[in-house]
Amino acid sequence: MTVRVQREDFDTAAELERLTAGNTQIGAVVTFTGLVRDFADTPGAQRMTLEHYPGMTQRQLEALVAEALQRWPLDGCLVIHRFGELAPGDRIVLVITTSAHRQAAYDASAFLVDWLKTKAPFWKLEENGGERRWVEAKASDDEAAARWRR
Amino acid sequence: MRVLYFALLRERVGIPEETVTPPADVRTVADLVAWLRGRSAQHEAALADAALVRVAVNQDYARPDQAVAPGDEIAFFPPVTGG
Repeated sequence: MTVRVQREDFDTAAELERLTAGNTQIGAVVTFTGLVRDFADTPGAQRMTLEHYPGMTQRQLEALVAEALQRWPLDGCLVIHRFGELAPGDRIVLVITTSAHRQAAYDASAFLVDWLKTKAPFWKLEENGGERRWVEAKASDDEAAARWRR
Repeated sequence: MRVLYFALLRERVGIPEETVTPPADVRTVADLVAWLRGRSAQHEAALADAALVRVAVNQDYARPDQAVAPGDEIAFFPPVTGG
């Protein structure tokens, strides 16, 4: 079970290989990759900076992974979240879940992404020349996270 | 105690962190917010709207009635927008 918060890009295929190598109990791998899309809130923005709260980010993501492991029978789980400067098209987050059967891997993946969007302390700043704008949290993200509440 | 500010709140307060020694009657997160708001117009601008302020005590999310103590790391930040 791995959580990494890093500035660098990641290699999805290499991470998947590492997570599954030598484990033939795994029957399903679900890979979620989040990309930076066009900046809806700041038309024309060319650059986005993702700020985070270093210690707490790691701690919160580890807590989310621990919760996923309690809820679903996973063989492996990896979360990588980037910070720093990013451009449209860049990879920003990777979640890989592995399990004997697909449903656990699918559900755990959706859970992790929904919850990290509302709990992991990251903030997006969009910039377009002199104009800068902090992205506002979305109610739809809160609703997506709420469906996993027990 | 060490107080940290992130993102928009950091910009509004004007500093990323400060070490403060509040009076003894500041016992909870809510008490601390009220006390910090009195420190400057910038603090007031950053912390006035509770709907836009999240609080963590020692890197875990905290509610207004949670206790704070000397030595704690308290962070204030807007609702998160990662992922």
